[in-house]
Amino acid sequence: MGCVASTLIIACGALAREIVALRSINDWPHMDVQCLPADLHNRPEKIPAAVREKIRENRSRYACIFVAYADCGTGGLLDTVLLDEGVERIPGAHCYEFFAGSSVFDALADAEPGTFYLTDFLLRHFDRLILRGLGIDRHPELLAQYFGNYRKLVYLAQVESVVKVGSAQLAAQRLGLEFESRVTGYGELQSSLHRVHLGGVSWRN
Amino acid sequence: MADEFDDELDLNTLNDDDLIDQVHDDLYNGMKDEIVEATNILLGRGWAAERVLNEALVEGMRIVGVDFRDGILFVPEVLLAANAMKGGMEILRPLLAEKGVAPIGKMVIGTVKGDIHDIGKNLVAMMMEGAGFEVIDIGINNPVEKYLAAIEEHRPDILGLSALLTTTMPYMKVVVDTLKEKGLRDDYIVLVGGAPLNEEFGRAVGADAYCRDAGVAVETAKSLIAARRNTRAAI
Repeated sequence: MGCVASTLIIACGALAREIVALRSINDWPHMDVQCLPADLHNRPEKIPAAVREKIRENRSRYACIFVAYADCGTGGLLDTVLLDEGVERIPGAHCYEFFAGSSVFDALADAEPGTFYLTDFLLRHFDRLILRGLGIDRHPELLAQYFGNYRKLVYLAQVESVVKVGSAQLAAQRLGLEFESRVTGYGELQSSLHRVHLGGVSWRN
Repeated sequence: MADEFDDELDLNTLNDDDLIDQVHDDLYNGMKDEIVEATNILLGRGWAAERVLNEALVEGMRIVGVDFRDGILFVPEVLLAANAMKGGMEILRPLLAEKGVAPIGKMVIGTVKGDIHDIGKNLVAMMMEGAGFEVIDIGINNPVEKYLAAIEEHRPDILGLSALLTTTMPYMKVVVDTLKEKGLRDDYIVLVGGAPLNEEFGRAVGADAYCRDAGVAVETAKSLIAARRNTRAAI
């Protein structure tokens, strides 16, 4: 018997659309999703406490809880919280790692450490998060400081789309980077949620 | 209105105290041209380069650092402020060198293997230099061999290791462990820093301290160097 009764996925806002899509594709209606703001990535030290609060708010309401975050720049502090709470997360350091798959991601990073990754979320919000968020729109002189050591942009597409590949290529041009596109699908996000669906998570009421 | 006012503001008309306040504001707002102008004005009024550096630039960046820590300023504003400070530093650096003041310590700093992110490392290098340290910046993506070569060549007091990525920060342990294997660990103060790091990680890799930002790096470096020198003097 899996976590069919009621399952909560506490997710990074950057994964909301993808999780909702997976829930629909796989017919997981029992799976609720609550998101924390994707902007927390600007202050990753705040992620562990925000996740802990969300877990504690919901512990009595759900049979199972799972966290749809990678380490996400918390330097292991998210894992400390999750160990304490007895809740699991998606393996990996970043969402682009679990979309690409760890072995592919490691190979990409080894081949070119100066690789900037775009997921569908980052592509959708490229102007807001990258150009405006980093102040490049107002201060183009900062571009070299942010991206001067990068060589390549790799677009990891969750959903295949010629239009989106074109947008990603344009993004690479704007950053002055070589371009590569890969269709990853939902990668380890999908397999993790499937495992949750089957009940293979550590915390259950 | 504010822009018009700023355009009309003649820094030469300000007395020293007001000019210093203005430098702090201009640094905060990342106004490099104004910082260069004010630096020249203060020097023209007979201020020593060291005083301009400490009271105008370093203090201004300290305020920026505090507001960054508190979430009032973000990375773009800090970068603009740092660029502005660099403008002033370029004028002061030769003057400080001319005076032949001995640096308070020497630091080799670099980003670890696999990591090409250098914004934090560059800020630390700049603030350390501003605080009177000699800084040898060995750049990005450094394997342990490059750190070893740099400390062999430069004989620093401090080795600074920087990383932005969760995937690259474990390499700091490789560097520290190699120093231990070669019997060199106790010859250097090892400081580590970078966004995903924390104190626990710093202890785990065997560093002397984790520095959460450039301001903390400067203060930590000063206190650890003083402590080390006191210890040596006592032996």
